[in-house]
Amino acid sequence: MTGSAMIITGATGDWEVVIGLEVHAQVLSAAKLFSGAATSFGAAPNQQVSLVDAAMPGMLPVINKHCVAQAVRTGLGINAKINLVSVFDRKNYFYADLPQGYQISQFTQPIVGEGEIEILLADGSSKSIGIERLHLEQDAGKLMHDQHPAKSVVDLNRSGVALMEIVSKPDLRSPEEAGAYVTKLRSIMRYLQTCDGNMEQGSLRADANVSVRRPGDPLGTRCEIKNVNSIKFLMQAIDYEARRQVELIEDGGSVDQETRLFDANSGTTRTMRSKEDAHDYRYFPDPDLLPLVITPEQVAAIKADLPELPDVKKARLVTDYGVSEIDATILTEERETARFYEIASHGRDGKLVANWLISELFGLLNKAGRSLADSPVLPENLGGLIDLISDGTISGRIAKDVFAEMFESGEEAAAIVDAKGLKQVSDSAAIEPLINAVIAANADKLAEYKAGKDKLFGFFVGQVMKQSGGKANPQMVNQLLRQKLDA
Amino acid sequence: MSLDKATVSHIAKLARIKLADDRQDVLADELNSILGWVEQLSAVDTGDTPPLANVTGHDLPEREDVVNDGDIAARVLANAPDPIDAFFAVPKVIE
Amino acid sequence: MDKLTDLSLTAARRHLAAGDFTAVELTEAHLAAIQETAGLNAYITVTADAALAMAAAADQREAAGNAPAMNGLPIGVKDLFCTNGVATTAASHILDGFVPTYESTVSQQLWDHGAVMLGKTNLDEFAMGSSNLSSYYGAVENPWRRTDKPEEKLVPGGSSGGSAAAVAAGSAMASIGTDTGGSVRQPAALNGVVGLKPTYGRCSRWGIIAFASSLDQAGPITQTVADAALMLGCMAGHDAKDSTSAAQPVPDFSAALSGDIRGLKIGIPTEYRVAGLSAEVEKLWNTGIDWLTSAGAEVVDISLPLTSYALPTYYIIAPAEASSNLARYDGVRYGLRVDGDSLEEMYENTRAAGFGDEVQRRILVGTYVLSAGYYDAYYRKAQRVRQLIRNDFIDAFKGVDAILTPTTPSAAFGIDSPPLDPVEMYLLDIFTVTLNLAGLPGISVPAGLSQHGLPLGLQVIGRPWDEATVLRVGEVLETAAGFSHRAGQRAGGKR
Repeated sequence: MTGSAMIITGATGDWEVVIGLEVHAQVLSAAKLFSGAATSFGAAPNQQVSLVDAAMPGMLPVINKHCVAQAVRTGLGINAKINLVSVFDRKNYFYADLPQGYQISQFTQPIVGEGEIEILLADGSSKSIGIERLHLEQDAGKLMHDQHPAKSVVDLNRSGVALMEIVSKPDLRSPEEAGAYVTKLRSIMRYLQTCDGNMEQGSLRADANVSVRRPGDPLGTRCEIKNVNSIKFLMQAIDYEARRQVELIEDGGSVDQETRLFDANSGTTRTMRSKEDAHDYRYFPDPDLLPLVITPEQVAAIKADLPELPDVKKARLVTDYGVSEIDATILTEERETARFYEIASHGRDGKLVANWLISELFGLLNKAGRSLADSPVLPENLGGLIDLISDGTISGRIAKDVFAEMFESGEEAAAIVDAKGLKQVSDSAAIEPLINAVIAANADKLAEYKAGKDKLFGFFVGQVMKQSGGKANPQMVNQLLRQKLDA
Repeated sequence: MSLDKATVSHIAKLARIKLADDRQDVLADELNSILGWVEQLSAVDTGDTPPLANVTGHDLPEREDVVNDGDIAARVLANAPDPIDAFFAVPKVIE
Repeated sequence: MDKLTDLSLTAARRHLAAGDFTAVELTEAHLAAIQETAGLNAYITVTADAALAMAAAADQREAAGNAPAMNGLPIGVKDLFCTNGVATTAASHILDGFVPTYESTVSQQLWDHGAVMLGKTNLDEFAMGSSNLSSYYGAVENPWRRTDKPEEKLVPGGSSGGSAAAVAAGSAMASIGTDTGGSVRQPAALNGVVGLKPTYGRCSRWGIIAFASSLDQAGPITQTVADAALMLGCMAGHDAKDSTSAAQPVPDFSAALSGDIRGLKIGIPTEYRVAGLSAEVEKLWNTGIDWLTSAGAEVVDISLPLTSYALPTYYIIAPAEASSNLARYDGVRYGLRVDGDSLEEMYENTRAAGFGDEVQRRILVGTYVLSAGYYDAYYRKAQRVRQLIRNDFIDAFKGVDAILTPTTPSAAFGIDSPPLDPVEMYLLDIFTVTLNLAGLPGISVPAGLSQHGLPLGLQVIGRPWDEATVLRVGEVLETAAGFSHRAGQRAGGKR
């Protein structure tokens, strides 16, 4: 048991929380899993619907090759076994957002079998989380309730979009671990470009199976929590649900196995009113489809084409660029950050670049409420700024001003330095007159210094720098002053 | 296996077909007759024969990831019994 | 020259090419025959205006010298094929008002080959039946009558009852049907016409309202074997929109009709001699064996040990698939809706009112055999037996080139005296259903009359993709039988 397990101390003793997650990740593809309609978000109602998606009589599914490859890619990214033969089954149930009256899914033979991922916890430790399976299935349409007083309405734009359902083992022990797991899974899929991970738009959704037990006891009865659309809410929902179950059991009740909805406004979960009284999905192989067969060569080709994944990249940043473990984690969590960093740090001081990226750029982006993707400072330009610092063209202090200007205007550092004449002055012929003037204007201080008040040296440095408008090379000012004052 | 009225009622619910009470009795008899007849299959020794789901003998064909369908909302909604704007409407659902 | 409504497709093509009459005249003659035989109820929808327009277009192509293989030939279409802009009902109340905005691949290919659509023919509701008694649009009458009870109306068989009756009655030159357990061959036999079920995957299922997806296959119903060869060539071919459609080359089926079956080995399955086979059917079968022997074929006794298990297997698999295929008829996007206070009530009211008794029965059986706790005992067991049935055929075809059997165990029964027990009704498909389970091609050829003057058919079964041999043997039977009888209720009266 790691230190991140959540223990709820109830009236009757300690309780452990056990969590398994079912993540539904929308496959990044142009067209749907079994039809040629588009998948993009935000279209007009029923615009991205083919006759297949609307389950018109006589319509038949034909699978999208790319979606299959994406599932294999993701399977490889979570270190999982790829099943060379998998089968599409029909999951039969009635609902207004399910036009066929069944969802095409994979039940007994999923495309991807067992795998695992490492999650990193706040205390710096890591934990391995088992993955049970990954399978391909169709998304349902969208049922909306607030468009009409007496009716609910259906939009089928999402109907038939490819989803990967990724089922974890019940290895998670706290809201924090659950959050870290989803974060890591999302990071891997973004690296692989198999899912955009956008939880607000619903392209990544997590359902949590939560139960509580006495430490060491067998698993308790679980509840499935749905309708969670952010990692923060997921953690909140699990926390609430675990405490609810403990309270229920301690009050002499028992947990019913049921589906519960999370209400983001109240931060609570509640029983789903519309749930079917009897779930019996009557899975059977879809007779409109045949077994999906993948060759070892296809898997090998996809494997050869995999990008470097966050764990490997992190290790490499530590080794190759000398950045700290913590900085490397921050730099690799998002593929976009790592890409930015690697361009900016190419051939440069990696640690310096990491500092500038993490503390300066992220700081400004946060303040401006922008993401790295629309950063006004391009990675090449951050690199350019670092170059000016490294070669002594500007000082670190001037660099901060230049950077602020770069963030405002999007211009290159060198152009700003040129235009504003911010180049560091390292020419003794230019600095000496400044020193002479400062000494001449501060005869009293000079006398005190000569009398042994050594710390006045700093005063003279400051005055010279001020006279130079901050541009004088501080080391050179030091050196020249020392010569003059100690002469 | 004999199927009683309660089971008929349950599967009718799963299949979303409303059955009058007297129909449930009739159907229990009819379904028992059919199921009793098909149960003769239990006499066949199928050993480790794999289940046959399809007879085509080819693998699943795949299509390219190309958008070449959709944008036909009018056709999708053309037969709708109760369209509201560009939506299909159903009785209000409370989740 | 025969009357226009008595011509075969191939004969009519020759006349059209020679300019003996126009496609419009041919179509008008058949539209008149439809009216004359309206009492048979073979059609649900007649598309007279569209038919005449298509015929006129065919005449223009004929005049321009670019007439495709079925140019100007008017045919009926089972109302299970979705037809663009023409109501498509599956003979079910639940599809009330449904007008597809798309055309099934098979029917489209026929129009592309110049054929003319007369209308949509009647069927058992959702193709579930062997008598056409389950149609929401009423029973179809077989144009044949018994010689001993000429007043009794008879069933045309099913489920493609309207398609077969229309061809027998002269109100369509040919028609298309679908065959899930015998639904093309069995009504063809009971109406004295030719019915062909191709290999599963030969014709696209796209746009055909699904009954049991792993068994459904479209096929032609025609007056002659040569016509079946002509039509199959126009219907067949790979369709990327149907994942189960096969990328097999389509041979010239007409060219296969050489009349020469010398040296061909024909299997006779001993197990088909049992199971309610009437004496006259058995006699006809023996006659068929003699015809093929005389033509130079070698007859071999074969064994298909699991024959008696085929129907129970079918009556698990087909309802299971149907229960799922018919879930889409829920009152939301098309067809009938019967309102209710909640979504669930709306579903239950709609499906109770929309589906007839037989369809409800099969949905319930299918739901039951797939449900938790019963799946392995019923559905998976049936799939295993299905594999064994297919293995039996594969073994048999190691020693023979084709198999000869009767098509049905008996002739047509009275509309008012159907078997009361559903299971007894199911037995009508006992000789046809094995082919669907094994995915094989088969043809029913009219071979003789029962003692009461009703047509009986013989069935030829072939290897997968070998429709050519099936047609060749079928034509030899046709020639030997010299079946020239015509139905009493045929348009223009008995010839």
